[in-house]
Amino acid sequence: MQALTNRSKVVAKKEMTFIEKLYLPAIFSGMIITFKHFFRRKPTIKYPEQIRPFSGVYRGQHVLKRDEIGAERCTACGLCAVACPAEAITMTSAERKPGEEGLYREEKYAATYEINMLRCIFCGDCEDACPKEAIFLTDRKVDSLYTRKEFVYGKNILVESKENPISLVKRQTPQVKEFKHHVEFAHNQTYDKQKKVKNSSH
Amino acid sequence: MTLSFLIYKVILVLIIFAITLLVATYSTYAERKIAAFLQDRIGPDRAGPFGILQPLADAVKMFMKEEMIPSVSNRMLFIIGPGVCMLTACMTGVVIPWGPSMNIGGTEYPLQITDLNIGILYLFGVISLGVYGIMIGGWASNNKFSLLGAIRASSQMISYEVAMGLSIIALVMTTGTLSLGQIAADQPGAHWNVFIQPLGFLIFIICAFAETNRAPFDLPECETELVGGYHTEYSSMKLGFFLFAEYINMFISSAVISTFYFGGYNMPFIARFVHDPNWLAVLGFVFLFTKISFFIFVFMWVRWTLPRFRYDQLMNLGWKVLIPLSILNLVVTGGWMMRMEIYHFFIK
Repeated sequence: MQALTNRSKVVAKKEMTFIEKLYLPAIFSGMIITFKHFFRRKPTIKYPEQIRPFSGVYRGQHVLKRDEIGAERCTACGLCAVACPAEAITMTSAERKPGEEGLYREEKYAATYEINMLRCIFCGDCEDACPKEAIFLTDRKVDSLYTRKEFVYGKNILVESKENPISLVKRQTPQVKEFKHHVEFAHNQTYDKQKKVKNSSH
Repeated sequence: MTLSFLIYKVILVLIIFAITLLVATYSTYAERKIAAFLQDRIGPDRAGPFGILQPLADAVKMFMKEEMIPSVSNRMLFIIGPGVCMLTACMTGVVIPWGPSMNIGGTEYPLQITDLNIGILYLFGVISLGVYGIMIGGWASNNKFSLLGAIRASSQMISYEVAMGLSIIALVMTTGTLSLGQIAADQPGAHWNVFIQPLGFLIFIICAFAETNRAPFDLPECETELVGGYHTEYSSMKLGFFLFAEYINMFISSAVISTFYFGGYNMPFIARFVHDPNWLAVLGFVFLFTKISFFIFVFMWVRWTLPRFRYDQLMNLGWKVLIPLSILNLVVTGGWMMRMEIYHFFIK
């Protein structure tokens, strides 16, 4: 019968020679191999002191951004909650009072905004869905906590502080911004930009 | 037998005892480090610099753990078991010459607790008593895995003691003495017994691995087959005693191998540079410990290289390979020693 491939090998259980039966040469060669490993560079990373750099687009804990004058960008439209596959996001909205323009960018804002970090799967769909560039995932890790309640993060944790804003430079690279001009993500642009995209696509 | 002599001996006993315990303690650390390095890991490095204080942390853990004595066990024997193990392990260091004699103010101070003229017999007697600790512990636990481990330990020890004894008889024939001090003194410079008895050395070191229950002969405590073997039911410091006794045995075995086959405290060319007997004694002690450290490393190196034997393979190796080989070694050694007589017998 003709063989289908030329890769088949005849397996023979051959008798061991006397030297092989002694096992000592094999033992010594094995010991030399382990001895070489003794001097190898160890790939261990000593974690708490030494942390591997995260990817710039790592999807970790969320941040609710403020705009240039420090007003909250979120307008409580609920698109992130709709987009969330894990249903981790809840919010209640409220109307901006006169004199609160420095606090909230739009007339409507999120009075409460909660993300359940135990439900969240860190897919980043909320970031994609947000029309106001308000919510982003960052390269920060969610802390280990003792109770389930503590994992429901409210605005006090999610909104960035005015004093030290969270940098998104690694995340919002020019390439990413360019990509967001794609018609599929056109809702992420401001109104007149959206029109431009629509015009160009027609 | 003066008072000063007694005091000197007591001090020597205490020092040797302390060193034995210290070396055994740091053997646990060395074992973990060497295992890690042979497997491309770093090993314990949290307690102190490089994890140097890890044995202390382990000891604290062992003492703090809950003491468990199974209600179905034989309570007294259960407690005696690890004690016997530890006691016999510590007793073996008595006859080992830790260095040549010191000479202070005209009196000789030998660095050997006692130079018995039947040192080898004493050594073997105590080593074979060691199996009682394991046997009693395994039996008293009233647990089938413990008992299996204990039975394995005893049959393994008995099997390998035969080959070990026979390989030592050949050594005794060439050295002509049973005293360890004499054996060490008879190997000045590089006249080590390993060059006279290479096969005997090979058999002896294999049997030493088996006697100390170390891999590849760690069948009495193989966790993949017997949960934990003879110490399955033990916890806290009683478990610690069993594990500790193994490391003491390893240390003593390394000392015995160094003394029997590698010249003990002797080192080539040292007599040319150092003439003061006290310095020679100190240096001899250092040399002996270098050799011992090397053999402890070999013990660990082998453990982390070779897989465990199957039980029938173990028995095959012991009875069908090592014993015939050691008898052959005995016959060849005897023939070589009597070569002139044999020559004359056939010529005439």
